[in-house]
Amino acid sequence: MSNLDIILQQLANGLILGSFYALVALGYTMVYGIIKLLNFAHGDLYMVGGFVGFLVLSLISGLMGSSWAGILCSMVFSMLAVGLLGVIIQRIAYVPMLRAPRLSILITALAVSMVLSNGVMAITDGEYLAFNTDLGYEGLDLGNVFISYTQLVLVVSASLLMIILYLFVHKTLYGKAMRAIAIDQDACRLMGINVNRIIALTFFIGSSLAAAAGVMAGVYYGSLHFFMGFVIGLKAFTAAVIGGIGSIPGAMLGGLVLGLLEAFGTQIPFIGSEWKDVFSFGLLILLLIFKPTGLLGKTEIERM
Amino acid sequence: MALLEVANLGLSFSGLQVIQKLSFAVEQGTIASLIGPNGAGKTSVFNCLTGFYRPDSGRIDFNGHSVIRRKPHKITRAGMARTFQNLRLFKSMTVLENVKSGMHCRTSTGALGAVLQTGSQRREEALITSVSEECLAFVGLLEQKDRRADTLAYGDQRRVEWARALATKPKLLLLDEPAAGLNFDEKKELITLILRIRDELGITILLIEHDMGLVMKVSEMITVIDYGAKIAEGTAENVQNNPKVIEAYLGSEDGEDVL
Amino acid sequence: MAGSSRLTSVSDWLRPQQNRMIVLLVLAGVAMLIPLVVNNYVLEVLTNAWFYTILCLGLNIVVGYAGLLDLGYAAFFAVGAYTTGILTSKFGVNFWLTIPVAVSCSMLAGLIIGGPTLRLRSDYLAIVTLGFGEIVRIIARNLDITGGASGLIGIDRPSIFGLELSRGIHFYYVFLLLAILACFVSYRLQNSRLGRAWQYVREDEDAAEAMGIGRVAVKLYAYVIGAMFGGVAGCFFAVKMTAISPETFTFSQSVLILLGVVLGGMGKIPGVIIGAFALVLFPEVFRGLGSMRMLIFGIVMLVIMLYRPEGIWPQKQREM
Repeated sequence: MSNLDIILQQLANGLILGSFYALVALGYTMVYGIIKLLNFAHGDLYMVGGFVGFLVLSLISGLMGSSWAGILCSMVFSMLAVGLLGVIIQRIAYVPMLRAPRLSILITALAVSMVLSNGVMAITDGEYLAFNTDLGYEGLDLGNVFISYTQLVLVVSASLLMIILYLFVHKTLYGKAMRAIAIDQDACRLMGINVNRIIALTFFIGSSLAAAAGVMAGVYYGSLHFFMGFVIGLKAFTAAVIGGIGSIPGAMLGGLVLGLLEAFGTQIPFIGSEWKDVFSFGLLILLLIFKPTGLLGKTEIERM
Repeated sequence: MALLEVANLGLSFSGLQVIQKLSFAVEQGTIASLIGPNGAGKTSVFNCLTGFYRPDSGRIDFNGHSVIRRKPHKITRAGMARTFQNLRLFKSMTVLENVKSGMHCRTSTGALGAVLQTGSQRREEALITSVSEECLAFVGLLEQKDRRADTLAYGDQRRVEWARALATKPKLLLLDEPAAGLNFDEKKELITLILRIRDELGITILLIEHDMGLVMKVSEMITVIDYGAKIAEGTAENVQNNPKVIEAYLGSEDGEDVL
Repeated sequence: MAGSSRLTSVSDWLRPQQNRMIVLLVLAGVAMLIPLVVNNYVLEVLTNAWFYTILCLGLNIVVGYAGLLDLGYAAFFAVGAYTTGILTSKFGVNFWLTIPVAVSCSMLAGLIIGGPTLRLRSDYLAIVTLGFGEIVRIIARNLDITGGASGLIGIDRPSIFGLELSRGIHFYYVFLLLAILACFVSYRLQNSRLGRAWQYVREDEDAAEAMGIGRVAVKLYAYVIGAMFGGVAGCFFAVKMTAISPETFTFSQSVLILLGVVLGGMGKIPGVIIGAFALVLFPEVFRGLGSMRMLIFGIVMLVIMLYRPEGIWPQKQREM
């Protein structure tokens, strides 16, 4: 393989990885932007989304097969179900904690994450589940570079979801309310905005995007595991921070940047794939220390 | 040389100029005031002086040293203590524990001393307690020392904040709207207390206040600001008759205080 | 609740100094004598409980006293264990000499990770520590000197005054003594100038700064002392087990230690001890649960946070 081929191949790998990160990062950033909560359970919603998608697909595969139609169907269902789960979690666990010290709500979020991941572990006995689909292995063969149609479709659908989200946040009244609440919750209450409903909506959207990413990852990797939410949660958080936490375009950009960095980072000599996670967590730590506002984040009023 | 000298201080938040080229000085041993209509930038000036905001330009010299853009705790250590406009007590701790916080920067025992309870550690703890109790006695709250801070009456909580600030052994005490929320009698006590701090403890005072009556009674030097810039300066009578000051206050909700 | 009021009256009785000393002496006596009457299995479980007591008390300094969320605490424990493991098994260094090295290494790790990040917002710290914990584990997995994924084996047992510490009962007393030491250090710290400073910073950072307390320095102090506790526990863990592997130091381990702190009551020494014991005893008592263990722990943690955030041990009552 020539250098150009390697670059193209890693570009393709990085893009698909990056779109997963971006989808999950969006939920992180939206929730953080609106109620300043670092939702540790967010990565687990991605994992639950994958499992729900798997469940639905295996139920309906007799009817519609496990090709794109079936996958789309199960993805939509998974998005709705996990979106709802996100709202339930918010109502049960986070609403009572909003006035509590920061430490308490963080620990609560951690507890929710434990319940989700270990709940799925108890159900699946900690086994890997094979996510079988009827998708073929055809794709674009560009000499030494191969991009499967599955990869293409996944990247395109992830982009579509992000475009829809962007339009929703910037062109609708609900989106405007979301952005307003992020700036000043109390003022929004005074203006008659139903703040709680908008926050719930934010959780719904963020969670369903994570679920979409979970189903896509299942399709792409072909397997699911209860612990898969942990690492992607950390990665997506990294992506959100790279882009500037609280910023929606930032999360998309950050996801892509991280995906590409990882894909190319593993090509650096002496850094094998076993160091991939060290690479991204190290990046996260350095970033938080030297540029906590990220690429597109707003600088807060400088205090102390 | 003045104890505190502020020259050409400038502060802006995302393009909005909050303080503009502000200069004033506080002489050793005086009681000075910074007044101005709502939103004039008084508390922002305090926050710049005490290191909570980082001004864009200018000089702040305290006791002969520049303290601009230094960390708040270093400024306190240098001898400038403050109170907050909205009470900022350590709510779940006792009154005495609150006041002990002031002595932190005047003592030095670390972890090892604490674990081994060395002689110097015990002497230091005794010192912290006795100084804190003196400060509480000074503001008249010694009997309340073991109560939880947030169970005290509002006026008493204010005085805990004062005792706490005094425990840092300041050269200059910054009081942010000390009379806010106090009734007539409490205000009279406040005036006595301010004078006692200066006369008995020899601490210079700079206060921000809305209550003009109080300001006029206690301060020897008044700086008036509006829109972050100085519009007048001088003694109480000087300032009271300054047309710019009257204009700044007229039409604002504080107008009646002046007239 | 009847239960909680009974607990409150117990803690009322405990307030006078001499009553407290009596209870402490009785408890210490029981702890000392218990190995004479129980079998090896129970002894092993209790040893484990004292071991977690040390870790939980260490994390309690960070979480309970200073109010910082550390999700990578197992990393410090790992640094201590691996330092001792490598020095004794690969370089033949005497165990007792490795302790200062291991403790310095874990404190240094605390300094390196805490120094720059403690300036950040508290929730960023949680993520950074989480990432750090993972980094340490992955490094341990992939380096030759740490034995890779299978870890280190054949770590020598230490001896003291000619007695080789090899039997369960030896390690019971070792960990009991360390736990008592940890309690003592925690207690002294809590009631000191530094302990108060942690509380000031926890309650109101800005006000603490205004009082002349450097919040970064104070937090760093807590972080490094916490790391030290973890390092010490790690050293003794390595020689007790004689083998260590990266899978001991996972994220779940950090969460488990945190759970012990939250369960009993953050910042309260007796609470944290109870939390550590609950952590160890619960899965032993309910053996059938198996893979449900962490799920139940998660639910317990959630319920505690929602309904009794101060933990099992009652709040200190103050005269009104």
